[in-house]
Amino acid sequence: MSTMRSAEGGAPLGGEHRSRESHGPTATRSAEGGAAPGGEHRSRESHGPTAMRSAEGGAALGGEQRSRASDGPTTIEAGYNFGYLDENTKRMIRRALLKAVAIPGHQVPFGSREMPLPYGWGTGGIQVTASVIGPQDRLKVIDQGADDTTNAVSIRRFFAKVAGVATTEHTAEATIIQTRHRIPEVKLREGQILVYQVPMPEPLFRLEPRVSETKRMHALADYGLMHVKLYEDIARHGHIAISYNYPVMVGGRYLMSPSPIPAFDNPKMHRMPALQLFGAGREKRIYAVPPYTSVHSLDFEDHPFQPIRANAACALCGARDSYLDEVVTDDQGGRMFVCSDTDYCNTRQGSREAAE
Amino acid sequence: MKTLHEAGPIPTSAPSDAPVIGPPAIHTQGLGKTFTLHLQGSTRIPVLRDVELAVAPGECVALSGPSGAGKSTLMRCLYGNYAAGEGRILLRHRGQEIDLVTADPRLVREIRRETLGYVSQFLRVIPRVPTLDIVAEPLRARGMPAEEARARAAALLARLNLPASLHSLPPATFSGGEQQRVNLARGFAPHYPVLLLDEPTASLDAANRDVVVALIAEAKAKGAAIIGIFHDAEVRDRVADRLFHVSPMQAAA
Amino acid sequence: MAMQTSHTPAHPHPAGGSAVTPPPVGEGRGGGVAATDAPLLEAQGLTLRYGPITALDDVGIEIFPGEVVAIVGESGSGKSTLLRVLSGLQRPEAGTVTYRAPDGGAADIHRMGEAAMRRLHRTDWGFVHQNPRDGLRMGVSAGGNIGERLMATGARHYGSIRDAATEWLRRVEIDPARIDMLPRQFSGGMQQRLQIARTLVTHPRLVFMDEPTGGLDVSVQARLLDLIRELVADLGLAVLLVTHDIAAARLLAHRLLVMRHGSVVEQGLTDRVLDDPQHEYTQLLVASVLAA
Repeated sequence: MSTMRSAEGGAPLGGEHRSRESHGPTATRSAEGGAAPGGEHRSRESHGPTAMRSAEGGAALGGEQRSRASDGPTTIEAGYNFGYLDENTKRMIRRALLKAVAIPGHQVPFGSREMPLPYGWGTGGIQVTASVIGPQDRLKVIDQGADDTTNAVSIRRFFAKVAGVATTEHTAEATIIQTRHRIPEVKLREGQILVYQVPMPEPLFRLEPRVSETKRMHALADYGLMHVKLYEDIARHGHIAISYNYPVMVGGRYLMSPSPIPAFDNPKMHRMPALQLFGAGREKRIYAVPPYTSVHSLDFEDHPFQPIRANAACALCGARDSYLDEVVTDDQGGRMFVCSDTDYCNTRQGSREAAE
Repeated sequence: MKTLHEAGPIPTSAPSDAPVIGPPAIHTQGLGKTFTLHLQGSTRIPVLRDVELAVAPGECVALSGPSGAGKSTLMRCLYGNYAAGEGRILLRHRGQEIDLVTADPRLVREIRRETLGYVSQFLRVIPRVPTLDIVAEPLRARGMPAEEARARAAALLARLNLPASLHSLPPATFSGGEQQRVNLARGFAPHYPVLLLDEPTASLDAANRDVVVALIAEAKAKGAAIIGIFHDAEVRDRVADRLFHVSPMQAAA
Repeated sequence: MAMQTSHTPAHPHPAGGSAVTPPPVGEGRGGGVAATDAPLLEAQGLTLRYGPITALDDVGIEIFPGEVVAIVGESGSGKSTLLRVLSGLQRPEAGTVTYRAPDGGAADIHRMGEAAMRRLHRTDWGFVHQNPRDGLRMGVSAGGNIGERLMATGARHYGSIRDAATEWLRRVEIDPARIDMLPRQFSGGMQQRLQIARTLVTHPRLVFMDEPTGGLDVSVQARLLDLIRELVADLGLAVLLVTHDIAAARLLAHRLLVMRHGSVVEQGLTDRVLDDPQHEYTQLLVASVLAA
């Protein structure tokens, strides 16, 4: 495991990615716990989750500054174009983005490039970020809500290197937030851009295997099949058993995959003042939700959409309104719930300490 | 083909092409029928030629002639089951005279639903449909509510001595006589203005023959024009006002 | 299916003792359709060739509300192609297909946008395939299969969708307790009945059926035919049925078209065409069948 850890330094995202995929968002923290080496477990026991997080960050990043304070602009590493991608590629992606914004929820194909990390680790999101970022931007990157996981830290460091932009962990300070599987708890505002990393952009993917047919279904807004899936859920489980990647209708027209964010985050997409951009690198698709666009989670009148949240308060900040991760704290089955959004949690903890 | 009317025990009426009492409910003009058997070297079998038959409301005409003369073919032509090759079959339907030979299939269906009834010798059984519904079906097709239609069907079946215990069963397993009575009930229930009867009493006992004779008399009294083939001379003499002779034609190759 | 006792279909002998068919399907219960109604579907001059083979040669057809029309013919006669062209699934080289909507507006099927066509196919029209696998979603429960058309047309109340599915399972004689089972757990006959329920749940006005009893055991066929007969009569559906089964056509259809080599060689009332076939090919077709 220690070799794997050190390997992570080179390949930014490590093996935990796959375990997250299989467990879904609520389980992710504990999955991390499971994947973590024995030694780190012990350190968690002694130091608690916050310590663990910083330990993780430290292990993964080595030299990167660990302070929560924002980092100012740096210089671009020699030999790279601004934002890593060449200008023509960025232009091509921007054209796709413009089209995507013009047709909210519609998937626009784009020429996804090889990136210095494998598909599935955020190549789509990085290409979108690289195409919209400017020298004045301040970038925040989160992975499952956390600023300090390998994925988040590496992508942040990547852009500091190739775009020389300032980075931050504070949601409110950021102009661009690239995210994997979460929407920050703090309300986003106009002028901000939220870039989602998307593994599978096609919401009908599991229901209709033919791409030609799903395209036709989108073109004709023929979405009865999606409701059939929800019907089947209720028939089988008594409720709609989709806890993440919960399908939405955008602008009353296009069925869209919100990427694997928890259903809890779905309502935040509705009429969000910030621009939401979605990039799927492997599937070569870009889509968008412009500011103040209606985003409705599919449901039935008698089985309305219900965002799911663990019925607990955050063990660190006491929040009862945030999305919680379950963290395994020891080998005896001890567990605790903490905010998934580290910035939100830390800010709350900080203000509580200040009040004391 | 010559059309004759037989001299016999029945008082003969005027020749069939002569005016009858009131306008006829059905009459034919130059009706002819020839079968062409394409599978047998296009053999042509002429069966009917120049048939001039007119039947007035309230009149019952019995077709006579030897077996194979074309009586059944004429009946089937009159029902539109066989395509008449020549001539016209004029029928009063919804107050208008309509030529059945040239009427389109949808109009023929409508005529069969409202004006023209046919009781064949054999019942075509529809799988799983109870006897009562088979009899009530033509009534329901005319828009009668289900309950009323079933009640009338049940009454008629009872009159034809078909036990109520059989009404809910499909008639597939019934005896020939029972099936014949189901067929008769189905044909008499709607009170068609024109009714074609092909050997309606063939497999019935004396008591049921009497019922059929009474039903025919009642239909006539209600103004129905009836054309029948009756091999049972006694029944024929009791119901027919006159005979219409159908004579065999020579088969020409 | 039960047959009359004697019949001589190929040789309509003058003294033949066979019975005349009663109208096969209730004549549209609740009062008949006036003969002057405009046709629901009307096709003219349909022509289509596959290379040297003429699949359709100047074919015309009309279907009126509540009317059941069967197209019979052997394999390769063009009857399935005609069904596909009439239902908009395939474009003819020449000719038009006009559908008259409930509001009276007429639309040329092959000039219609795909969106309008799909809407038609999930509301006013239904299509029953020969192979239930082509018409069902095999990975979706019976209830979901029936509910799909409802949901596609905007039904958003789970309880009512489920009630409708339960009711339709009952109507097609499938135990409603099996509502959550997958079609692959059903027999072939049940799958076909499920496909019919799935198609009829939105009360279409016109249903296309392509050999609906093909591939089923004879005893299962009889039950299915009877079920179709009942439903068609109760709902007053117009049906365009393609079949090579003369007995099925006799039981279900009001009117019959006989096709050969892409042409309609004979048409008319079902009992007239079958009992007194005029065309050489129709005589051959009727003669090839046992008592129909």
